[in-house]
Amino acid sequence: MSEMTYRDAINLALKEEMRHNPSVVVLGEDVALYEGSFKVTRGLLAEFGEERVRDTPISENTIIGVSVGAAMGGLRPVAELMTVNFALLAMDQIINHMAKIRSMFGGQTFLPMTVRMPGGGGSQLAAQHSQSLETYFMHCPGLRVLYPSTPADAKGLLKSAIRDNNPVIFLEHELLYNSKEQVPEDPEFLIPIGKADIKRPGEQVTIVSYARMTVLALQAAEELEKEGIFCEVVDLRSLAPLDEGTILGSVRKTGRVVVVEECWRNCGLGAEISSRIFENCFDSLQAPVKRVSGLDVPMPYSRKIEKICIPDKESIAQAVRDVASGRY
Amino acid sequence: MEPKLRMVLPDQGLLKFYEQMFLAREFEERCAEQYTKGNITGFLHLYSGQEAVAVGATAGLHHNDYILSAYREHAQAIVRGAEPRRVMAELFGKATGICKGKGGSMHLFDPAINFMGGYAIVGGQLPIAVGLAFAARYRGEDRITACFFGDGAVNQGTFHESLNWAQLWQLPVLFVCENNFYGIGTEIHRSSALASIHRRTCGYDIPSEKVDGMDVIAVYKAVRHAAERVRESGRPHFIEATTYRYRGHSMADPGKYRSSAEHDLWKTRDPLPNYAKRLIDEGITTREALDAIEARCKVMVDEAVRFAEESPWPEDSEVYNDIYV
Repeated sequence: MSEMTYRDAINLALKEEMRHNPSVVVLGEDVALYEGSFKVTRGLLAEFGEERVRDTPISENTIIGVSVGAAMGGLRPVAELMTVNFALLAMDQIINHMAKIRSMFGGQTFLPMTVRMPGGGGSQLAAQHSQSLETYFMHCPGLRVLYPSTPADAKGLLKSAIRDNNPVIFLEHELLYNSKEQVPEDPEFLIPIGKADIKRPGEQVTIVSYARMTVLALQAAEELEKEGIFCEVVDLRSLAPLDEGTILGSVRKTGRVVVVEECWRNCGLGAEISSRIFENCFDSLQAPVKRVSGLDVPMPYSRKIEKICIPDKESIAQAVRDVASGRY
Repeated sequence: MEPKLRMVLPDQGLLKFYEQMFLAREFEERCAEQYTKGNITGFLHLYSGQEAVAVGATAGLHHNDYILSAYREHAQAIVRGAEPRRVMAELFGKATGICKGKGGSMHLFDPAINFMGGYAIVGGQLPIAVGLAFAARYRGEDRITACFFGDGAVNQGTFHESLNWAQLWQLPVLFVCENNFYGIGTEIHRSSALASIHRRTCGYDIPSEKVDGMDVIAVYKAVRHAAERVRESGRPHFIEATTYRYRGHSMADPGKYRSSAEHDLWKTRDPLPNYAKRLIDEGITTREALDAIEARCKVMVDEAVRFAEESPWPEDSEVYNDIYV
């Protein structure tokens, strides 16, 4: 174990997998010489050379299309889209091609590829650079969608993503890059895709969250404990497939649940999770499911008003208090 | 004076061109019939008129080379070596289809013959072709990637992004634009500021040429030469083959945007009868021998239709298969 940041944990996962398998290549805008817009690919070009670590033109749709072709041709590409916002330029290749090819060609090929995308809001980057688009990908069959909340999870999940034989959308939260924790250095440390993690056990209220929302949920849970409210924090990690078993198991135990999502509320992943809870364990519920979501607005720039558009520790804590006390 | 056919290929190869073009035409015309009967449903885009491009181009490539195409791709798959009966079964939506009935007319795929797919988002296959070429070079494989697309694709972002990328990374891609002058119902001068498609590649410094896509020999020679150039240089090349589809964009399109005079003019350039006449005039074959070839093709397509009719539907449980590995 050694202490490292979320950024460095991802960087280490990339390096380990590139050492592990010569078919792994990294491509994207500014990933080689510039070492990544968020410096996640630092040192890759120096260690692995120009054929395996490749700067691309600013052509997002073609970054994905080339990765699809490379994967079909026997490589294991890891593409970086500079931010998730630019994935919207690549939605044709992501949704119409990457997610469909195996199925529409009758299972005769597969695409072992990963697309990394930093995202999320909170840095005063305004409407076009602050989006949380996870549900866009979750909605589409054929994709796996991962979104880690901690450095260790980021490392273990990215390694699993790169080794997986399916196309994986790997989301990274920009505000977590500097977060630190002890991370296993074992090159075989993997976290399975499709398994949520109970980051904090508790008996009274389940908080279902992911990525930066899990970090905030844990802070809220700590505060709530002082008030005598004991929360169980379920960190999804894998948004597709969803670990329904862990979510429902926790809700059956606590009977009360708050779902926290950074994305827009309308058709957000909280709606899907709430629906599954209502459909599968209605009888266990002692209160309606409560959602804490991003506001349904294009993100404003000004930090004064940006702040109210994204769930924070206090809004999560208040939702838990409401659910715990019956004020819902 | 055009060179004699025998200077291009031995008789057997020349006759094979005719057989492949006739098989493609017959297959498409029978597809139209089966669509009318309701056995083929969904979109059906027929290739009739463009056969010289698929046949000439495929012959100009190595079998190891990758081929990708758009959604008017039955002929390309069959000429490459896909079994007509499995293609027909795919169009019928049967379990024995080349993609188990999951792709249909627009999504044929057969990795055994390096036919890497029919794609139905205009221009979607171009970046994938570039990626396949990158993988092949990375792995040290001796193959180029031939990417077919229509004139409608040249105004998509992926066209420009892919040409730029292939040249920037110096990848062995042969881009083949089948210019039939219409993107559905919009004639090329109504969609393209520069309708001379092969000239567009100067923006990416990719060598290009225009070839008569109604002449199988011209296409063959151009593609063979271009493919060798791509193979040797490791760089992209671009061919525009001018051609014509005798039917509408799809079976749903009566094609009223084209004049009968235009259609008739292109009918005089039909690659099949013109090539048949050349074969006979140059003493390579006789009408009777061509009749025998045609009869053989008809039997093959008959057999394909019968196979498709008799094949089972996919099981309902099949819907969840083949999505994830």
